[in-house]
Amino acid sequence: MTNAKKPEMSTPTPTLAPHQDAPTGHQKKGRVGGGLFAPEQLVTSLPDAFRKLDPRVLVKSPVMFVVEIGSVLTTGLAVTDPGDWFGWVIAAWLWLTVIFANLAEAVAEGRGKAQADTLRKAKTDTVARRLAGEAEERVPGTELHVGDLVVCEAGDIIPGDGDVVEGVASVDESAITGESAPVIRESGGDRSAVTGGTKVLSDRIVIKITTKPGETFIDRMINLVEGAARQKTPNEIALNILLAALTIVFLLAVVTLQPFAIYAGAEQSLIVLTALLVCLIPTTIGALLSAIGIAGMDRLVQRNVLAMSGRAVEAAGDVSTLLLDKTGTITLGNRQAAEFVPVSGTTAAEVADAAQLSSLADETPEGRSVVVLAKETYGLRERHEGELDHAEWVPFTAQTRMSGVDLVENGAHRKVRKGAGGSVISWVRERGGSVSEDSAALADRISEEGGTPLLVAVEDADGARVLGVIHLKDVVKEGMRERFEELRRMGIKTVMITGDNPLTAKAIAEEAGVDDFLAEATPEDKMALIKREQAGGKLVAMTGDGTNDAPALAQADVGVAMNTGTSAAKEAGNMVDLDSNPTKLIEVVEIGKQLLITRGALTTFSIANDVAKYFAIIPAMFAAAYPGLDKLNIMGLASAESAILSAVVFNALIIIALVPLALKGVQYRPVNADKMLRRNLGIYGLGGLIAPFIGIKLIDLLISLLPGIG
Amino acid sequence: MSPVLADVLQVSALLVALALVHRPFGDYMAAVYCSRKHLRVERWIYRSVGANPDAEMRWPAYLRAVLVFSAVGVLFLYLLQRVQDKLPLSLGFKAITPDQAFNTAASFVSNTNWQSYSGESAMGHVTQTMGLAVQNFVSAAVGIAVAVALVRGFARSRTGELGNFWADLVRGIVRILVPVSVIAAIVLVALGAVQNFGDIHHITTLTGDKQGISPGAMASQEAIKDLGTNGGGYANANSSHPFENPNGFSNLLEIFLLLVIPFSLPRTFGKMVGSVKQGYAILAAMAMIWFAGVVAVTILEFQHPGTASQAAGGAMEGKEQRFGEGASSLFSVSTTMTSTGSVNSFHDSFSGLSGGVLLLGMMLGEIAPGGVGSGLYGMLIMAVIAVFIAGLMVGRTPEYLGKKIGTREIKLAACYILISPAVALIGTALAMALGKGQSSMTNVGAHGFSEVLYAYTSGANNNGSAFAGFAANTPYHNTALGLCMLLGRFLPMVFVLALAGSLTEQKPVPVTAGTLRTEKPLFTGLLVGAILIITGLTFFPALALGPLAEGLTS
Repeated sequence: MTNAKKPEMSTPTPTLAPHQDAPTGHQKKGRVGGGLFAPEQLVTSLPDAFRKLDPRVLVKSPVMFVVEIGSVLTTGLAVTDPGDWFGWVIAAWLWLTVIFANLAEAVAEGRGKAQADTLRKAKTDTVARRLAGEAEERVPGTELHVGDLVVCEAGDIIPGDGDVVEGVASVDESAITGESAPVIRESGGDRSAVTGGTKVLSDRIVIKITTKPGETFIDRMINLVEGAARQKTPNEIALNILLAALTIVFLLAVVTLQPFAIYAGAEQSLIVLTALLVCLIPTTIGALLSAIGIAGMDRLVQRNVLAMSGRAVEAAGDVSTLLLDKTGTITLGNRQAAEFVPVSGTTAAEVADAAQLSSLADETPEGRSVVVLAKETYGLRERHEGELDHAEWVPFTAQTRMSGVDLVENGAHRKVRKGAGGSVISWVRERGGSVSEDSAALADRISEEGGTPLLVAVEDADGARVLGVIHLKDVVKEGMRERFEELRRMGIKTVMITGDNPLTAKAIAEEAGVDDFLAEATPEDKMALIKREQAGGKLVAMTGDGTNDAPALAQADVGVAMNTGTSAAKEAGNMVDLDSNPTKLIEVVEIGKQLLITRGALTTFSIANDVAKYFAIIPAMFAAAYPGLDKLNIMGLASAESAILSAVVFNALIIIALVPLALKGVQYRPVNADKMLRRNLGIYGLGGLIAPFIGIKLIDLLISLLPGIG
Repeated sequence: MSPVLADVLQVSALLVALALVHRPFGDYMAAVYCSRKHLRVERWIYRSVGANPDAEMRWPAYLRAVLVFSAVGVLFLYLLQRVQDKLPLSLGFKAITPDQAFNTAASFVSNTNWQSYSGESAMGHVTQTMGLAVQNFVSAAVGIAVAVALVRGFARSRTGELGNFWADLVRGIVRILVPVSVIAAIVLVALGAVQNFGDIHHITTLTGDKQGISPGAMASQEAIKDLGTNGGGYANANSSHPFENPNGFSNLLEIFLLLVIPFSLPRTFGKMVGSVKQGYAILAAMAMIWFAGVVAVTILEFQHPGTASQAAGGAMEGKEQRFGEGASSLFSVSTTMTSTGSVNSFHDSFSGLSGGVLLLGMMLGEIAPGGVGSGLYGMLIMAVIAVFIAGLMVGRTPEYLGKKIGTREIKLAACYILISPAVALIGTALAMALGKGQSSMTNVGAHGFSEVLYAYTSGANNNGSAFAGFAANTPYHNTALGLCMLLGRFLPMVFVLALAGSLTEQKPVPVTAGTLRTEKPLFTGLLVGAILIITGLTFFPALALGPLAEGLTS
């Protein structure tokens, strides 16, 4: 069974993928809960936040680890001098800074935990009906081995991942996809994969188990959404290194400050120095970094895409070439009638009438589209099969490649047929009719335009003859052109992959607005294209579902396998789309970019914050020794204590304030890098510069209202 | 002509000269380092040291060559000073003490040219010409070589090869530094600078004091001192000495010389990576910071706050009458921001705040435009950091000039930016904590602290200029500063070359609309912002206790 070269029949057997016609950008409420941040999550995640205070856990985030050491230190100092309220307050706020950071991570993880619990319910203990020769034995699902054959009948829960080797059944996969409509699973071909935990609704299938218990798809999903399998991604590691370096630089700046201060006659307490350090090191991004990563994966899960690694999500943001299958991604799954073209001597209305009549018995989408077009353009009412007397219907079959009807109207016989060129021509010739020359020319013209011609013929009192041609067109999904335009602005090249001939492919490519196309594509061609792009330094993303796609999915930097696909395809890709909607690849790219942008934006914000904190703390520390430095107190903060405290409080509160942003991701618009940089620098760079001046001043105003300060 | 107008004309003349020269000169330097041919004199040199100039080096080999060559330089210069009394033309000077000899050797090999000695009363002709002047050439050539290696890291793909250190070193000397400094020296002589190997002239002054006037090969030393952003003057008074810097024209020429290579190298870089626009983005960032410094110091000096300078009509204490406030400000900013360290006025005489600007110029890591070579590689490292942060903000794995800035690259760049603050701050803090700083101060209070901070910042960033009051010639400071200079010079080179090696192994990523455009003004602005915030802010507390405390109090 080849997948890449679909037979180019005039009217292929309709095989509607479950969500084929889902509009682009469609987001349905799936199994996973809403993505918005709910404030009560902060409360429910508190216990987890405290658990994360364990230094063995916290050491993985160098910035927050330093804050924790600072908290311990200031607490210790406060204990030795219990009368000093300032020490206690600073210590308390430093602890809060760490807890807020832990809270951000706990909230992000908490959302995954809820999803994991739902999945676990699907993973109840199943009993498998294992085949042993001809006999059947009942064993627990956990004791299955790879290669075992099991039988599932209506009502059975499939005990493990595998491929259908015998039979066909409808399966309820809602436990995994959240989609309640059942899907068909059958042996052979690209719809043979079944997932453990899903339920057979009808018929009987024999499944060959392909995965060990504990490593099944559902197990991996649980691990993924729970974050248990989460590893730091390359960019995250790099950013962590930069943050660690900045932490060291500021640590040096603060540690070396004491000898200078002593010389100036303004020796500082360790509490003040710790407060300065915590304010300077990039705590905002340090606190939110892991939450951003978890939330990024979570956003994919909410769109029913499972990324097997965070690395894949990051790679999605870097993608510069998208390989998109024509059918189902760029065009609707089926061709549709677009035009009725008469041969000389007949009118379009006649053709339309004959075409509609002959298509009434054609239940394929193409056939239905002929009926609809005739109704819409010529006002021909759809006639129902029962309405016509003495009608003998000829349904479409793959063998005859024609459909039609034999009528007796007012005693006169009339036979109408429509179908593939060759079949209709031989039908006319068999009846001694004539095939007008222009019908061949018309058919050729339609082919050149990328369409598919269907001939309409009739046999009546005037003999058998061809009436005209139906122009079947591939219909490009709505909004695709704009989508590709956006991708182009983002610097992403789109390549349409199709089994069509180059002429047809070119016409559709032009209509859809893709940058390039690969016609008459074989799996080898696809693979060669990916390798060629990669050799030029590009990252390639593609979708696939067939076993034939597996090598290409593995070769691509981002390979999104359709959940309806074979287990080989799902194994080869690094993402699985549970909705099996190939258009979603574009969203995956956007989520990848958004993840990186959120990290960069909050890093910029965090670093820019330092300017204001210096202006708060430095005059507070040294204005007593050098009165001139009070000129740096441009915020006019009330007192040294309130200035330092305000900076520390701002530093802690900004973490909580930014948790929603970290979880949701910064707003993403598909524009070019220049515009995006300008916009994000404006918001997070300039914003990061200005916001703390305002925030610290406001906190200072509040603090100075407290009795005994200011 | 009013002093302000004169100053504006001088700055304009300098800018025009640099604008005219940087392009052909930058292109010429690119041709020098890309050429496959060897000059006959170069072949002799390669043969005599047994080097194969066509053998490509990977980064460890390149680094090894840099370090071995420099270590030999330190040793040779140290020994030369220690046996100076036994050498001809020693002018009767004694051998230099071990700590000062170490300090001077480290200083000249690291292109710092911090001088804890007084040139005309300590070093004989042989030490000056065979030792110090030679290092003025080779240490500058080493800096350019390392920068060129990093540029090749960006320009080359999937090779891992960075060129040949010996070829880069020799070409830098033979084809760039020697020809330009020969011409410059002749012009300086024509302008009145001294060039001879004579004996000290003993004279009696009008008031009856005895004075020894030292002659020497000053014009030639002066040329390479500025061209190679070295800064070690023949005379203690450096470029404020009339023999080294006789008049306004020579002054402007010297400023031009110390800026010309650092401001032309971005063009070389652009040529070598195949996009001169990328070079101009770097150049623009350098020029912005430098120009802002010039404007700030000039304005601050023309305001000449303080009763004494108000009465005198100018803040002229510590400045040459021949140059005035404008030319002194221009020179001082240019010398601190190029890691040169030659001076035509005394930096500790500048007002508190302008002293702070001069300090900041060094604290930024000597990248605007920075020392020969070192300025370019320092700026490129900052560009890597800026690209990393900004690149994330456009939603891609950051890349610069088609090379991905991944974990390894950011690790090396992060190590680089750690060194200068670490060395400068730890050096200053140790000196203060041990009381060594206080004992060398000639002023009290914040100004005294500025002297110590300036000394260690100058050493760590290989500048070499001083807040003149600081008594540097003590065993402690000689040793500590010597170490600071070596660490501040060679540790960064380790990371630069490792980064170059890592970059050159990558395959390039093609440019798309989603790529961060690093040749655009927006990026230049971002780069300047990143430099000011990341490196500048680190020193804010220290600056507050020195120049800011002093400048804001008055």
